[in-house]
Amino acid sequence: MADASSGEHEPELPPHLELQRTRVVCAPDAPSYTESVQYSGAYMAYGVDNSLRIEDFCKNLRVEIISMNEEDIEFDIVGIDAAIANAFRRILIAEVPTMAIEKVYIANNTSVIQDEVLAHRLGLLPIKADPRLFDYKSEEENANEKNTIVFKIDVVCTRKGERVLNSSVTSDQMKWLPEGSEMPFNTMTKFTSFGSSQKNLPGLPAEGISCQYPDIIVAKLRPGQAIELEGHAIKGSGNIHAKWSPVATARYRMLPEVNLMEDIQGKLAEELVQKCPTGVFDIEDVGTDSVNCLLQSRRPLWQDQGTARCVASV
Amino acid sequence: MAATMELGSETDPRNATFSISDEDHTLGNSLRFVLNKDPRVAFCGYSVPHPSETRINVRVQTTGVPARDVLKDALNDLMAMNQHVSTTFNRAVETFKANQGVNELSMKSGVTSQHSGSVKKP
Repeated sequence: MADASSGEHEPELPPHLELQRTRVVCAPDAPSYTESVQYSGAYMAYGVDNSLRIEDFCKNLRVEIISMNEEDIEFDIVGIDAAIANAFRRILIAEVPTMAIEKVYIANNTSVIQDEVLAHRLGLLPIKADPRLFDYKSEEENANEKNTIVFKIDVVCTRKGERVLNSSVTSDQMKWLPEGSEMPFNTMTKFTSFGSSQKNLPGLPAEGISCQYPDIIVAKLRPGQAIELEGHAIKGSGNIHAKWSPVATARYRMLPEVNLMEDIQGKLAEELVQKCPTGVFDIEDVGTDSVNCLLQSRRPLWQDQGTARCVASV
Repeated sequence: MAATMELGSETDPRNATFSISDEDHTLGNSLRFVLNKDPRVAFCGYSVPHPSETRINVRVQTTGVPARDVLKDALNDLMAMNQHVSTTFNRAVETFKANQGVNELSMKSGVTSQHSGSVKKP
């Protein structure tokens, strides 16, 4: 289809090429046009400039938060390519630093949980501390108040008449030691050399540093068993070990768009609305007949993929 | 510390391969995207020579400008784009929080909690 522009306005791509350039089409067998056309000169023959200037990017970018709470956030970004969005996702998973227990000094462990398994579980506990307040610590450096957080667990399981106390060690029994390590007990030099207390660190929350959730079961004990250990937490990022990854997961997807190829009315329209489990479609009354109208807002559930296939078969 | 080596540009500064250490697809793919969008670039691509080694090779061939300048501009553009996304995102968060505050005045207490209690997801 030849471009019939009069030359006064910007040359435009024919509609089928514009579809290829901007949309991933979910065909019945496989999605097509998944590779985004990035090359700046791809459409030179049509006189269309596919390059990206910073000013245009800044003008067209829009961010809209759909939902946000303590644990997760969902937002739309309009005007960004999949390459950049994927880079954000990779950085969220692997390169945002957090604090996690790295070294565990075990003084006493008479439980059935092996030392290394216990240490592994402790490392995976999420610690509620702002990593920006701390420096990275390398192997050779001394542990001081600027690069280490010290936690202590000291739990003995006892029998009190009928009841058993401390039958499970939970993460709220992990106490923060702002003055530094207390081990080894009988020597002057401790495993850490804290110059000052961490209690006065600016930016610290009022209740101090603790595990994010207080009810995570670390170990289970029976009467007579005890666990006494110290965990030293340092700053790291997810690419070294997953315990330092701040997110449970991060994901992105393209915004789905469902186009009805023909008008659907009456009984068929109601059937279609019922068929969709996530409620993407809605009925709009037009005079005597009811016309099927599309709810443009997309759902946050992944089941949405099913709706595109649903329309194609109608 | 990431280091960059430039290869193949002694005779012709327009075409060069940049070998960047301590980087992976995170930088490689986004850099390739920004480079492609630059009209001075004739060809660009990146590869990870071996997955066990954190190194990428970025190939840039330009239409006349030295490849090094194009790469530098692309990196600066990428930084500017990310900075802009960051400020736009922060602004969107502020707007959302402000709207949420307005809505909660007329509804029961909301979901957000500042203490470290466990939040049961439905």
